[in-house]
Amino acid sequence: MTLTKRIIACLDVNAGRVVKGVQFVDIIDAGDPAELAHRHAEAGTDEIVLLDITATHEGRGTLIDTVRRTAKQFFVPFTVGGGIRTVDDAAAIFDAGADKVSINSAAIARPDLIDEIGSRFGAQAVIVAIDARRAARSNDPVSDAEVFVSGGRKSTGRKVVEWAREAEERGAGEILLTSMDADGTRAGFDCELTARVSEAVQIPVIASGGAGNAQHFADVLLDGKADAALAASIFHFGIADVRELKKEIAKRGVPVRLPC
Amino acid sequence: MIAVIDYKAGNLTSVMKALHAVGANAVATSCPEDIIKADKLVLPGVGHFSVTAYLEEHGLKAAIEKRVQGGVPFLGICVGLQWLFEGSTESPNTEGLKAFSGKCERFPEGMKVPHVGWNAIQVKESRLLRGVADGEHVYFTHSYRAPVITETVAVTEYGQPFTAAVERGNIMGVQFHPEKSGAVGLRILDNFARLA
Repeated sequence: MTLTKRIIACLDVNAGRVVKGVQFVDIIDAGDPAELAHRHAEAGTDEIVLLDITATHEGRGTLIDTVRRTAKQFFVPFTVGGGIRTVDDAAAIFDAGADKVSINSAAIARPDLIDEIGSRFGAQAVIVAIDARRAARSNDPVSDAEVFVSGGRKSTGRKVVEWAREAEERGAGEILLTSMDADGTRAGFDCELTARVSEAVQIPVIASGGAGNAQHFADVLLDGKADAALAASIFHFGIADVRELKKEIAKRGVPVRLPC
Repeated sequence: MIAVIDYKAGNLTSVMKALHAVGANAVATSCPEDIIKADKLVLPGVGHFSVTAYLEEHGLKAAIEKRVQGGVPFLGICVGLQWLFEGSTESPNTEGLKAFSGKCERFPEGMKVPHVGWNAIQVKESRLLRGVADGEHVYFTHSYRAPVITETVAVTEYGQPFTAAVERGNIMGVQFHPEKSGAVGLRILDNFARLA
């Protein structure tokens, strides 16, 4: 009996539709969020994340209606991110049926936001999302990996590990770590960076970016010390079946929720 | 009618949605009068143990106590389960209902906390968990846990064993979130909704 590793399906949403970009550009349509969320939950996904990917840089609020409509369709945990800047923004998202909010740029701009949402709704309701890029010119590109914001468009000059620690101290319940280098490549997660962050904090770390096959999930959940792994396109386009993927990684010794 | 008690501790949306999905007539309320009228009571809740002080301050605790003593089925979820015990080290000055003995404590150092995700339950026979197989996975998210006691009907391990579900007569509690635990969770809520 042990806590299982979670396989999370991510819906990147733009104007009410699920989209998928390669390294945050070249966006293509992948369907209706409510329909996809339902399908993923039925397929054995442990959790659903919906990110309004254009909310931050276009200055829009998250699409409450989309969240409400999507939340109706399934009974597994539901996280929503994108454009959440205040406790009131978060409250509206929870009211629409989300269990957790994911905050990114707004937390960097005003870190107190983590404390504020955490103290009102509990640490378990706050995920701090970090878009990370390895510091290519550094002698230690992993330790010096940098935090990016605004959908990966802007460097903050902050180090990933430091920011993850601060987020934990301020009351975040989980870290969602996206490797911008790996995102969209389907060549595997950044296990080294994930392990570095996971070892630095005492809260769960969700690895994101680079999922291509079952092997990649097993690698990041074992070597990368991630508590959960998130992917988008490989699930939406039927490249990977969650149940088969779980059976596959269970063979490698990853504890997963099966049957599901 | 099932009264889902709103004590301003996070949102009730998920619990209401799941109860409606199993066909229950559930109403969210903060009024002691509704608690007095209800056939069943659900106390949801995520977050800090101190928020349960609201129940006492607003006359809800007295109403719950009266109904529970009268035999009305009661289900506490997450902090709602913890509240059934004597208290929690999370908020030493806030008293629980004391329906069960023992105090809730934080998970030990060295564990990742909160305990977030799907973990297995080892189940004993109970009305609430009827039809739920041993080893089924349910979704947890919490930093404090209740001790294993005589009335524990489901145990989960995270570092050490803790109470995942507790039941004595009409008084029931689950540490996990049935409203977020897929088909297994809906089964548990359906069991509760169908209690006579």
